[in-house]
Amino acid sequence: MEGIGLTHYLTLSAVVFCIGVFGMLTRRNAVGVLMSIELMFNAVNITLVAFARYVTPATITGQVVAIFTIAVAAAEATVALAIVLLIYQHHRGIDVDRINFMKW
Amino acid sequence: MTPFNLTQFYADWATILPECFLLLWACVITGAAVLGRTDESKSGTFAIWTIIGTLATAVWVAVTQDGAAFGGTFVFDRLAVVFKEVILAGVILTAAASVGTVSRLRAHRGEYYGMILFSAVGMMLMVSATELLTLYIALELSTVTLFVLAAYHKTNRKSAEAGLKYVILGGISSAILLYGVAILYGLTGTTELARISQGIQRQFMASGSFPPGLALALLLILAGFGFKLALAPFHMWAPDVYEGAPTPITAFLSVASKAAALAAFLRVFFVGGQPAQLIWIQAIAALAALAMIVGNATAIVQTNIKRMLAYSSVAQIGYMLVGAVALDPWGATSISYYAMAYLFANMGAFVCVIAFAERTGSEEISDFSGLSRRSPILAGFFALFLLSLAGVPPTAGFLAKYYVFAAAIQKGYLWLVLVGVATSVVALYYYATVIMKMYFPAEQTEGGFPVARTLTIVLAVSALGVLLLGILPGPVVDWIKAAAQSFVPPT
Repeated sequence: MEGIGLTHYLTLSAVVFCIGVFGMLTRRNAVGVLMSIELMFNAVNITLVAFARYVTPATITGQVVAIFTIAVAAAEATVALAIVLLIYQHHRGIDVDRINFMKW
Repeated sequence: MTPFNLTQFYADWATILPECFLLLWACVITGAAVLGRTDESKSGTFAIWTIIGTLATAVWVAVTQDGAAFGGTFVFDRLAVVFKEVILAGVILTAAASVGTVSRLRAHRGEYYGMILFSAVGMMLMVSATELLTLYIALELSTVTLFVLAAYHKTNRKSAEAGLKYVILGGISSAILLYGVAILYGLTGTTELARISQGIQRQFMASGSFPPGLALALLLILAGFGFKLALAPFHMWAPDVYEGAPTPITAFLSVASKAAALAAFLRVFFVGGQPAQLIWIQAIAALAALAMIVGNATAIVQTNIKRMLAYSSVAQIGYMLVGAVALDPWGATSISYYAMAYLFANMGAFVCVIAFAERTGSEEISDFSGLSRRSPILAGFFALFLLSLAGVPPTAGFLAKYYVFAAAIQKGYLWLVLVGVATSVVALYYYATVIMKMYFPAEQTEGGFPVARTLTIVLAVSALGVLLLGILPGPVVDWIKAAAQSFVPPT
């Protein structure tokens, strides 16, 4: 065993992904849920960059995908926060448990 | 590094011309609306002409260009043509059906059409993407604009709630899909579908087994697509979003965005995942059965017509995926034909709901009681569309179901077809309940009402589509079959 290898990165990203899933399921605050989703995206980015480094060192496909993912996640977060703002105007709060005007 | 090649450059951009054209005008319409230079009726007319122009460009590209562009990341093959036409038809009908809804918005009326066009650009790119990053970006472009559109009734609590639920579930599904893509990239070292397929094949040949993470990657991608397609058990967002979103957007969401996701699904699994079919084909069969059972069983108890149609469309996706278990050109043909039949029937059904809600302000199934007296035309159209969704001959829905079931039986999936037939009977029950209410009401309701002219046109076009596809399917099936044969690798 010498230094940090691909397995470490993949384990890290799996752990971060699971933390994201856990947070998304347990957070009651809409912004908290969005942050958990960001964690899931970042876990994916770790995976992509690690694979790019260890599996295809000659090409940069993984890095490129990661950069695109970051940009897209930012766009998505913008829209999501705008909608959270809208929800706040209606409900005076962003507790996802209380936002159930329609039954699930 | 390959040297710059002008012919190739021209061919690449000519292939993507319809998307560029649509994108340009989407920017113009949105920009003009933001700057306050137009009123919404102009934006609407403009949007419809833009889509007609895009259709024309797409036909021109289909005739003059063929094959892959941008180093094989984007392809304008026959499958792309079929699905692009389906999507553009859906966008035109949506834009025409939105006129009344948009005129009742308090603000940002023109941008509404701009958003629809941006979403359409994403969908069109999605059906042509043969590389996972391109596919992902296109998917996000279409979904993020749909988040905005779902929450477009800013003053309506339900619409805001629909937007929030959609954005959260959409974000989760993207992350899951992308995780699958990342693992697939790690296993094969590429994001191009054709090379992924080769990579899987090579590793299978070398070691006699699939690489260990492959099942995980494919199932994550399947789950991501399941969310986008509202396939059970990933459908929980669909009823709420369908109910809360403005009804034209619900129609758009259930028709065009599903058609695009379905085309992408076909490409990823029929091309990229083809060598690994052992892994995913059973999962798809199980999901299809679950969607048919859950969708139809839950639709029975709904009292809101939009929720009922939401659950019914969960079931419809299940029926479409029955065709996917037959991993051959015929399976792809049956799915594409189903998507087309579903486009007209579901679009028509939602437009009936729009027309009804515009006059009565209600979306409850019980209020449809006695509609045949109040508005015979609307009741007639609605009955036709519901019968097509139920799969009653001579409508398109019947043939569509027949084709997917036939494709599955050929491959020995008798149990799946039996589930499909049994749930179709259940589906017929709840569709027929609505029709019975319209034609044989318990008590008479008064007050006839006319249907807005644009809505009548949309209804007539949809009805024509349903009947023509049902009575004269030959040319369309031949056309789709040629498309399917061109992209499904021979087994």
